[in-house]
Amino acid sequence: MDGIHDMGGMDGFGPIPIEVNEPVFHAEWEGRLYAINSVMGAWGEWNIDAGRACMERLDPVVYLQSDYYRRWLLRMENLLVERSMVTRGELDSGAPVGEAVEPLPTEEVFDRMRASRSARVDAPVAATFKVGDKVLVRNIHPTGHTRTPRYARGRHGVIDRDHGVFIFPDSHGEFKGEAPQHLYSVRFTAQELWGPNAAESDTVYLDMWDDYLDAG
Amino acid sequence: MSPHSDSGHDDHSHLSDTELRVRSLESLLTDKGLVNPAALDAIVDRYENKIGPRNGSRVVARAWVDPDFKQRLLENASAAIDSLGYTSTQGVDMLVLENTPTVHNVTVCTLCSCYPWAVLGLPPAWYKSFPFRSRVVKDPRGVLQEFGLKLGTDIEVRVWDSTAELRYIVLPERPTGTEGMSEEALADLVTRNSMIGTEKAANPKAGKS
Repeated sequence: MDGIHDMGGMDGFGPIPIEVNEPVFHAEWEGRLYAINSVMGAWGEWNIDAGRACMERLDPVVYLQSDYYRRWLLRMENLLVERSMVTRGELDSGAPVGEAVEPLPTEEVFDRMRASRSARVDAPVAATFKVGDKVLVRNIHPTGHTRTPRYARGRHGVIDRDHGVFIFPDSHGEFKGEAPQHLYSVRFTAQELWGPNAAESDTVYLDMWDDYLDAG
Repeated sequence: MSPHSDSGHDDHSHLSDTELRVRSLESLLTDKGLVNPAALDAIVDRYENKIGPRNGSRVVARAWVDPDFKQRLLENASAAIDSLGYTSTQGVDMLVLENTPTVHNVTVCTLCSCYPWAVLGLPPAWYKSFPFRSRVVKDPRGVLQEFGLKLGTDIEVRVWDSTAELRYIVLPERPTGTEGMSEEALADLVTRNSMIGTEKAANPKAGKS
């Protein structure tokens, strides 16, 4: 979706907030929430793409006004309700309804976290493009999840590398299957993306799936 | 959400709305059996004490001293990193981007905050910030200058926007004057930011910043 999360190329957010000697977590609750996210993900009720899609559906004003881990909290609450693991009433009251389930043992959580990382698929899918091919990023505006940033749509690039076959997030993030296809690293000149004032020497690389690209 | 906006007199009056909701959520999920607090403790401990940029620093130092390893790292990063034994990509597909005298790489995730946490730990706040996510793809040289890195026009700046389940780390250039240094001492020069691409590896005379 054309959401606020797609912020590549936007102006006005100010200087980079560089912090010296930064702690891993700035408050205890951030670590707890991070861990809750990992444990709840291990139940397998959603995948990483669906998790991102849920984040992207946050109200854009709320997205901008919430710090990083607050956005995680709001996303987690929404995921739990959308996947029927918790009701909104339980979140509001803090009181559980129904019988408790048996929690996943710690080792099982770690095993499941380890098992679910790669999106590479061992499937005999043919590649549409080869290294060196000129491509055009499709001017698409899906209302659901996508990993094609607005700033790359309608722009020309060159296939730099074929990564192999990967799960397609646009489909996977909407629980509509993995739709495995080739993923490429596509090279764009900075001037193609940002116009003649960009440095002539500079480039931007994006990972793009077959369904994002046409020959061009 | 000021932490002091609540004038109530209960024990939680100093806590922010976010913190209260996280506590409530952990309690609810524990009551429902969906969360085992011991697993939460173990995960927090892992990130605070076990996984961090030191793993990536050792990968880079090995590549500096071992050309065969460096070749394997550039060709198949996940396999090369996993072969070291002391760290693991944990099944994440990785890509290593080599800096040279004429190419400087910098990584970002404009759409969320994808980061090679298995090798570098959790990202710094600035990496997840709106200013970095929005600007580094359009004005990388300006952003790098904010980190104190000024690059000449003879250097190609390559920005890598992480849109897929493929994580990047930058292989910074080995600093001059480090011939004869041990692999362990070299690893001390490899800062986290040098592996994201917002600075160079530390000068051995200056030490790690």
